[in-house]
Amino acid sequence: MADLGVRIAGLSLRSPFLLASGIWGESGESLAGAWRAGAGGVITKSIGEGPRPGYPNPTVEVYDQWGLLNAMGLPNPGIDEYPQEIEIARRAGATVIGSVFAGTAPEFARLSERIEATGVRAIELNLSCPHAEGFGTEVGSDPADVQRIVRAVVERVHVPVIAKITPNTADAGALALAAEQGGAAAISAINTVRGLAIDVTLRRPVLAHGLGGLSGAAIKPVGLACVWQIYRRVKIPVIGVGGIRTGTDALEYVMAGARALQVGTAITFEGIGAFGRLNRELSERLDALGYARLEDAVGAAQTASA
Amino acid sequence: MRTIVQVTDAVVETPSTITLRFPYAHPADPGQFVMVWLPGDDELPMSLSYIDGPSKGITIKAMGETSRRVLALRRGAAIGVRGPYGNRFDVSPPRVLVVGGGSGAAVLAPAVERARAGGAAVTVALGATGSGELLFRDRLRAAGARVEVATDDGSEGTRGYVTGLAGTLLATERFDVVWTCGPEVMMNKVVAAAGPKGVPVFCSVERHMKCALGMCDACALGPYHVCTDGPVFPASHLTATEDFSRFHRDPSGRRIPFVSPAPG
Repeated sequence: MADLGVRIAGLSLRSPFLLASGIWGESGESLAGAWRAGAGGVITKSIGEGPRPGYPNPTVEVYDQWGLLNAMGLPNPGIDEYPQEIEIARRAGATVIGSVFAGTAPEFARLSERIEATGVRAIELNLSCPHAEGFGTEVGSDPADVQRIVRAVVERVHVPVIAKITPNTADAGALALAAEQGGAAAISAINTVRGLAIDVTLRRPVLAHGLGGLSGAAIKPVGLACVWQIYRRVKIPVIGVGGIRTGTDALEYVMAGARALQVGTAITFEGIGAFGRLNRELSERLDALGYARLEDAVGAAQTASA
Repeated sequence: MRTIVQVTDAVVETPSTITLRFPYAHPADPGQFVMVWLPGDDELPMSLSYIDGPSKGITIKAMGETSRRVLALRRGAAIGVRGPYGNRFDVSPPRVLVVGGGSGAAVLAPAVERARAGGAAVTVALGATGSGELLFRDRLRAAGARVEVATDDGSEGTRGYVTGLAGTLLATERFDVVWTCGPEVMMNKVVAAAGPKGVPVFCSVERHMKCALGMCDACALGPYHVCTDGPVFPASHLTATEDFSRFHRDPSGRRIPFVSPAPG
């Protein structure tokens, strides 16, 4: 069986499949469940300064098995109450990565310092939520902003800092490069793709917030293209995310240049068993192609096309 | 994936409870719920109170602001429906005790009807604040269930909480299973009463819900998601959590203690 262990941003992961931020993660027991099911690590819901209820329902629209449009609105219990959930996941032995969102560089730095104190092994900065005013994409679309935010955080914390960047831009590579120059240890790409659903009977958007973010199989080619471009622009490792449902999907991301992966919508549609299945499928796929270790396949398609 | 349907009937069940009927052909099992969208307002999980045939129904008690607006809906109103979601009551045991408080009978009634159709002997302990608030008493009797009543004010049946009535029934009669739905503090008492008898209890529980798909974690209860692992749980699973009858989560995900123990 091929070795699925990877080293990324100073972390040793037993599996490349991380639970993506925003899936489960409000509760420590849910994070612990993903870990027990075989995830290589779990990324928390994006946490902000205070409790935030998120948008009213409807917050999701489902497209059969190929996509999920959501505008949750960054609901989270806030940094004062959330550490107890991280503690539950940590007690279960999980490798926990803390995700944070904020509107300014100093706020990002302050929050990151506080979430680092909970014992998370790395911090992922949400620079890419596509549907929250004043956060996410709105502070993560300009390379200069990205660099300033990442630098402010890196100067304040000791754990590796991962920048999760948006695909809703002309040049994801430039955002990744800015994050690297700011001191990021890795890039996560991509967040959801901005989208909209309309109910024609009612002549109105379906989601209460109107615009949302598309995830799931539909966005896999978008994610692959971004990872491909980013891999060529930066030296730090890339974590691929967007529409991974099978071991083959995962290996596509790896061959495009991803060293680790995140899954979310597949977990939503299939349940917790998806982690075990993905580990098995990826390992079998690597065996069949003659790879002894996942790390040997990173960027394989890049080399071929160079 | 939502279907926009028109309400065909709005039936006043009690002064605080209304049933809305609407065409929705998807097959449904007893215990399942749908997400009901009030366009321009909100979308809420609602247990199906009528599951047979193409006309489904939901029965709502006035609780929060949105449920009050649901109560104001009348025939012809357009609502969005998606689902049904969640698991179901196993209606195969031959001797069933059903304990319903508050609007719990809304989800229990279709399970009682299915169990009766399968030949089970069903006893229902039905509780409410007063006689006028007893939900589906006549419907349950029409299904062939034996219905025993407890009211807080003594206006019908035994005076007191339905948990007392359920305790008496459990002490004096034999049942293979207990189904219950109502405030969690009430259900917890039912679980405690059934425990010494070795009768398994299944509870239909409620949590704040957003996606209903097992994604957002809003309805997390211990290690479970009520939307995909429930809403019907074996009591033994629930009592092993710290949350059951003690904590729920608000829309931000904060764990909140259940305030003032509800009647039960």
